[in-house]
Amino acid sequence: MGASSMIVLILAGLAFAGGAILVAKIITKTTTNPQKGEPYECGIPTHGKTWIQLNVGYYLFALVFLIFDVELVFLYPWAVVAKKVGWLAMGEIIIFFGILFIGFLYAHKKGALEWK
Amino acid sequence: MWSISNIANWVNEWLGKNFSAAWVTVFEMVIAGILVISLFAVLGLILVIMERKVSAWMQIRLGPNRVGPKGLLQSAADTVKLLVKEAMTPNGADKFLFNLAPYLAIVVSMLLMAPIAFAKDFMLWDLNIGVLYVSAISSVSVISILMAGWASNNKYSLMGAMRSGAQIVSYELSAGLAILSIVVLTGSLNMNDIIRSQADGWWIFKGHFPVWISFIIFLIAITAETNRAPFDLAEAESELTAGFHTEYSGMKFALFFLAEYVNVFIVCAIGATLFLGGWMPFHIGHWEGFNHIMDFIPSSLWFFGKTFFLIFLIMWFRWTFPRLRIDQLLNLEWKYLLPIGMINLLLVTAMAILKWHF
Repeated sequence: MGASSMIVLILAGLAFAGGAILVAKIITKTTTNPQKGEPYECGIPTHGKTWIQLNVGYYLFALVFLIFDVELVFLYPWAVVAKKVGWLAMGEIIIFFGILFIGFLYAHKKGALEWK
Repeated sequence: MWSISNIANWVNEWLGKNFSAAWVTVFEMVIAGILVISLFAVLGLILVIMERKVSAWMQIRLGPNRVGPKGLLQSAADTVKLLVKEAMTPNGADKFLFNLAPYLAIVVSMLLMAPIAFAKDFMLWDLNIGVLYVSAISSVSVISILMAGWASNNKYSLMGAMRSGAQIVSYELSAGLAILSIVVLTGSLNMNDIIRSQADGWWIFKGHFPVWISFIIFLIAITAETNRAPFDLAEAESELTAGFHTEYSGMKFALFFLAEYVNVFIVCAIGATLFLGGWMPFHIGHWEGFNHIMDFIPSSLWFFGKTFFLIFLIMWFRWTFPRLRIDQLLNLEWKYLLPIGMINLLLVTAMAILKWHF
């Protein structure tokens, strides 16, 4: 079908989700209650703000992920031609992985991969 | 012969005879949309009942057995129940993002349907970068989860979303490396080329142990990427209630649930395509007679058989392994799977260049 299938799928997704939510909205009965909209925390009244500071570990992992993800994007075109190019591609990827591995070891040594 | 691609061609011809070219395109788009939506709904119903039946079977109990024959209509009853439940928005939530998140989740899993070959010559979009497309679109799904968790104004949701984000982005790398090992062997990113390269045997048989390692890494990574046990700490019931969808109710919750199950189907379909040959029947090298007999089984049956086998495997994991802690989860990825995946990719490359595979 070609690239138009993407438009079809996006529209189908929106129609499906929108239709389901709309039908549910029409046939459900709504009641109001002052306590109903409170955040659910197993019955205890919520304490403090929700949008708090989180563990810095998430941020560090996101940074390391970013490096590897960029590497992965480079690997896609490489993978397609690797078999044709032969040992040159092999040598190239060993150098590439070598440089990457030094960075990985650095992150490891700095403790970025430890969950604290 | 009755095959799905023949039926599709027949519909195309019939439309071409009766309508002008522009209308044919419109009708085909509408038909494709309706087909995808029905596949979505049917998959949701089947996978939920399958999950519950498999769980029951693993725990030696009966499972749902009241609604319909052997409880097969249970998930339909559940859908009706969810449909009549009120969908509420909690106080102080970011209303726009809160309501946008389920749409995004559904649209992303819908988009992932495009490059999957359901049967011989039957796919929505024969894309020359199919594998890259799947990796690119599937990484958007984490945004819907983060959006839902952030907008809910609930600490459980926020924690669940953050964990899920860290987990999905981490395991995406191993999944990518495992996928790349097959791309190196075939030299193409096109799904159809990858399937056709397995005409004389699936990669899992042709590829010796480097491909087995890739397959195992891929299985672990997709289990983590779809937030399923033992990597379900994004929605660990005992600590976070329901994780990022704690505050969702009614149809919006159902949509998240559906998207999650459809994602499981899609990643298993990708796994089946890359490692188990997609719709390609079970062929052995030059055994022409044997291959010919295998060709009589329809290609769509092969595809769905392999996919549901992988789905069963993932459901099996759930009742076999205990849930991991977040530090164990990240250690497993960064200290074991990623280095192993990288070295394995080198092995696969050497194998591809030396032509050691069959």
